[in-house]
Amino acid sequence: MIFDIEKETAPREDLEPLQLSRLRNLVERVNANVPFYRRKFEETGIRPEQIKSLNDLKYLPFTEKQDLRNNYPFGLFAVPKENVVRIHASSGTTGKATVVGYTHRDVRNWASLMARAFMAAGVNRGDVVHNAYGYGLFTGGLGVHYGAEELGATIVPISGGGTRRQVMLLRDFGPTVLCSTPSYSLFLFEAAQEAGIPFSELPIRVGIFGAEPWSEEMRHDIESKLGLIALDIYGLSEIMGPGVAMECAVAQKGLHIFEDHFLPEIIDPITGEQLPPGETGELVLTTLTKEAQPLIRYRTRDITSLNYVPCRCGRTHVRMSRIKGRSDDMLIIRGVNVFPSQIEALLLETEGLTPHYQLILDRQGAMDTLEVRVEVDEKLFSDEVRHLQRLEGKIQGNIKEFLGVTAKVKLVEPRSLARSEGKAKRIIDQRPKV
Amino acid sequence: MKVEQISIFLENRAGRLTDVTRVLSQGGINIRALSLADTSDFGILRLIVTDHERAKQLLKENGFTVGRTSVVAVEVDDRPGGLHFILELLSNNQINVEYMYAFVQQTGKDAVMIFRFDRTDQAVEILQANKIRIIPGDELYNL
Repeated sequence: MIFDIEKETAPREDLEPLQLSRLRNLVERVNANVPFYRRKFEETGIRPEQIKSLNDLKYLPFTEKQDLRNNYPFGLFAVPKENVVRIHASSGTTGKATVVGYTHRDVRNWASLMARAFMAAGVNRGDVVHNAYGYGLFTGGLGVHYGAEELGATIVPISGGGTRRQVMLLRDFGPTVLCSTPSYSLFLFEAAQEAGIPFSELPIRVGIFGAEPWSEEMRHDIESKLGLIALDIYGLSEIMGPGVAMECAVAQKGLHIFEDHFLPEIIDPITGEQLPPGETGELVLTTLTKEAQPLIRYRTRDITSLNYVPCRCGRTHVRMSRIKGRSDDMLIIRGVNVFPSQIEALLLETEGLTPHYQLILDRQGAMDTLEVRVEVDEKLFSDEVRHLQRLEGKIQGNIKEFLGVTAKVKLVEPRSLARSEGKAKRIIDQRPKV
Repeated sequence: MKVEQISIFLENRAGRLTDVTRVLSQGGINIRALSLADTSDFGILRLIVTDHERAKQLLKENGFTVGRTSVVAVEVDDRPGGLHFILELLSNNQINVEYMYAFVQQTGKDAVMIFRFDRTDQAVEILQANKIRIIPGDELYNL
């Protein structure tokens, strides 16, 4: 089932000319209407008419989150204020909130993209969607809401919180689709169990989960406990909200980026250079159709890779892998890019539990050293030295094999690793700054 | 016939052993036997104490990782060949000793060896069939 067959299955030789004409139009629009971009183009020495192919995208300047903050609240709008019909904003926990605006057409486009996402998940008219994403300035709730209505499904706008009431409505309304963060779905599962309602007997057959990073292991856990197909959805308020990319239920392997609206690139987060298809790096998105607040080459900070191999579902749009980490967290150890989340995943695989760990980076002579400290809890502990040494060796071997970095693994006592504000400080970089 | 031994994970840094003995001392727990296995990074302290349940609880409350293992306490004749006889008996029956440590009774007559076997139940059977005295837990805790 494909919502917009013509666009979503367009051959690349049709898709790319469309992307190019939209890109050229976009560059002209922001040059004419957004002083921030006009200045940036002048500084970079690029004129809109110089964009002649998609390959020229790399000459355009990046846009960063800080640019949105510097232009708070409405400085990046490309249309008169009276054409803006909706405003969303991020929470602003790490600085000033980032604000985004939508024209009437932007809201319509967003709804149809979310309808595409629903259909990719096998959802259609007649389905009942339990929407536990928060409504409000956060884009999750309303994004899902308008998409379900556009599709013609029935939406239950329950929003977040009030878990006992959610469980009651899951039982009484019999939804077939659950939209929430992956972790909240497990919370709902537990609450349902407490209320004596077996989740697997509810008619929910699909879960559309996003707004936080999650792993393949977590997908298996959710699917087996809740008895549904769990699918990954991607989006960010700066670009649109949920529905920038969606995993299809057919392949369940990668998220289709809706390329007629968003132009993706993967760059090396350090040099900013474009990377060839398949390589892992930072996702950069250009909004091809956004009217109110278009963005050129927005650095998402999300680490992923792009897969252009045709998908079994028939969609031609490129697939991005599950988010592997954030470029802000990336470490370079002896020239190798390492994300703490990768080490965490390896630790989880090694013994199947959530470990407390810390990464200590140092330098001996010209060589970077990495020490991985892992807290020993009762499940890991053995009273035999060789068992513990074997565990150290196994972790070390996995890190070497999968990340290509030799690390020293050190088992430490529980609670010996510093915790601040409930969050562990995972990385201690003692290397001298150059 | 088995004896409960507690084991504690210790980082190799000054004062950690003292932290353990302080907890036990304040809890009025007496150490009957001990052994310390160590590597460059960490050590495992194995203890037989008068009240292992309480010792384990107190140590856990103080943030230690504590394990519990069943071991066997065997009385060994205090004469040349006393230990050799027992080990030969076990090795003839393909029983592996994971680790062992010695413990001398207050009377000084016989030595006691604490064994951790790979197959504890079979080891106990063989020792009993050969009339080797195994000291039960209750007796050992209260010696």
